[in-house]
Amino acid sequence: MKQGNFIDNLPKIYGIYTGGFIGFIIIMAIAEQMGMTAKAIGIAFVAFTVFIYALIGYLSRTAQADAYYVAGRQVPTVFNGMATAADWMSGASFVAMAGGIYFKGYGYMALLVGWTGGYVLVASLLAPYLRKFGCYTVPDFVGTRYGGNLARFSAVVVLTVASFTYVTAQINATGTIASVALDIPFQYAVYIGLISILLCSMLGGMRGVTWTQVAQYIVLIIAYLLPVFWISNKMGAGFFPHFMLADEVARIGELESQFGFVKNSAADLATVPKGLAGITKAHSAVNASPWQFISLALAMMMGTASLPHVMMRYFTTPSVKAARKSVGWSLFFIFLLYSSAPMLATLSKLSLIDPNLSTGIIGKSIAEVQAIDWYQNWNQANLMFISDFNGNGTVELNEFFMGGKAVVLATPEIAGLPYVISGLVAAGGMAAAMSTADGLILAIANAISHDVYYKIIDPKAETAKRLVVARVLLVVIGFAGATIAAMEIQGILGSVIWAFDFAMSGLFFPLVLGVWWKRANRQGAIAGMLGGLAAGTWYLVWVRTGGSGFLGITQLTFGIFGSAVSLVAMVVVSLMTQEPDKATQKMVDEVRIPSGKTILGKQ
Amino acid sequence: MSNQQKHWEKSRGLLMITLAIWFVFSIGIFLFGAEMNEVTGPFGYPWTYWFTCQGSLGAFVILIFWFANRQEKIDEEFGFSEREDE
Repeated sequence: MKQGNFIDNLPKIYGIYTGGFIGFIIIMAIAEQMGMTAKAIGIAFVAFTVFIYALIGYLSRTAQADAYYVAGRQVPTVFNGMATAADWMSGASFVAMAGGIYFKGYGYMALLVGWTGGYVLVASLLAPYLRKFGCYTVPDFVGTRYGGNLARFSAVVVLTVASFTYVTAQINATGTIASVALDIPFQYAVYIGLISILLCSMLGGMRGVTWTQVAQYIVLIIAYLLPVFWISNKMGAGFFPHFMLADEVARIGELESQFGFVKNSAADLATVPKGLAGITKAHSAVNASPWQFISLALAMMMGTASLPHVMMRYFTTPSVKAARKSVGWSLFFIFLLYSSAPMLATLSKLSLIDPNLSTGIIGKSIAEVQAIDWYQNWNQANLMFISDFNGNGTVELNEFFMGGKAVVLATPEIAGLPYVISGLVAAGGMAAAMSTADGLILAIANAISHDVYYKIIDPKAETAKRLVVARVLLVVIGFAGATIAAMEIQGILGSVIWAFDFAMSGLFFPLVLGVWWKRANRQGAIAGMLGGLAAGTWYLVWVRTGGSGFLGITQLTFGIFGSAVSLVAMVVVSLMTQEPDKATQKMVDEVRIPSGKTILGKQ
Repeated sequence: MSNQQKHWEKSRGLLMITLAIWFVFSIGIFLFGAEMNEVTGPFGYPWTYWFTCQGSLGAFVILIFWFANRQEKIDEEFGFSEREDE
């Protein structure tokens, strides 16, 4: 494949691809009318899209280090923006976030602010400078700026802890979707998910992941927006939901106070399958104090700026200038989905609870709801449950339970859309989870193969050998992630939030101060990384094992404590030890201007 | 002061402005979250609700593009912009 031509033709290639995908949706819709079964449609959607990604992965195969690690540094701004958006929006954003908002309401919307505001920090504090550095991985920056194998290794440790926590959640999400769409047990479905993930990244590394991520973004954004608009119109809520759902938001508050909240007894709750939740609190009562809201948003913002799989995407742009612009495009593409998530949650909640709508189930008889098709399907998948706790024969608000991940996936069916839309949403969720998992597994495997193996263990290794090591690691890490995902320790949203906290605890200040504070030195950075990670982990374990916590910092925001320790440790230790040598200071000066050669590149 | 120092001084100034605007939209508004929710904001949504799901998000997008353009101007002014364009 001739690279120059390929880059010039990108708009045309992805234009044809998008047209082809829409054509596929139409064919499926026609097939459904002609009697194709729901199950076959689900399988067709997931199989077709995964096949396309695998094909792109295969076509992008490479044997060059530059292409494998940073896609040859020639990804145009807008396309890099799309790839970053797919990289960023994970199973948590696509599958779980609207669910979180559905159950927890306003308080969980702090995640929306946190997961977008972080990009301002990325654009202004880090991305352009790390691009100028010319590194392959984030630990590569730490290792060169601060010098020494220990600093480099500490960065790899933090990166691995954060990314691994994150990746198990993504494999969990691919497993959930594969198990529902293909109708197989979750324990096997996670491995099907994993194989699809590896197909994209094995051969082409970053290059393969970049071009599949663009393709995945297109699928996931169509799959998210189409149902939102469709349901809104069908319900008569307005043709452009983003601007027209104010009445519906108010209506939910009204209905909630009308139904009232009943706390279920422990004995009743014991009969509900694990992981399902009901609505027992007003949507305005979670994270209601400003600090709870702000601390969650702040933790997510600083976490965003420290997550290596995002930062790594800006190493692939052709220039420093392009890196900055590319952050803007990334956020624009993310904005399209995030601004729709609360709308979807609103529509979904209203379709279920409003007795005036034909789809509402609250107040209907238990037997009637149990006879509904979608209820039976999702109940079978262990993601939905009703039970007549008070014995009055009708479904009450506190008697309906749903898995957080079912909200997005099941809403089209609940709202009475044709099944083709459910198949599309499954494909979108799969795309979101796969793209993020790919970015993460690649970040871990690259850090270990490049920073630990090549830079520390065997600096003379040939490119071919390095790339073999990188690929073997990719598979090993993937399988380890899938095995842990199959155990279902923590929900999707919970593990993702933890990953942000780990990343910010260990990496935020060492990265930022590396550019913005010349005096920061090796000892300080090591203290900051290890001290921050240890403090954050300790706090998490403490709160999880019954500790009371302090300052309102919860297990979801422990990164605030971790990063504070990291900052103090880094500043104190740096000031107590020698200032960095002249060469390092000159290097920092060089990083601060866009022109000239990259620090690491010989070009 | 050398050219490079001046460039960095100006870049740092831009950073401070950017972070100040960022602070207003990511934290400032929500300091008063509970009370402001009584007030009706754009399109009839409660005020903070609208900022959480649309307003702040949009502001961040605009802010990043604005920042990128300003920084480019600063780089050009001191002759530090990259020569080859994409």
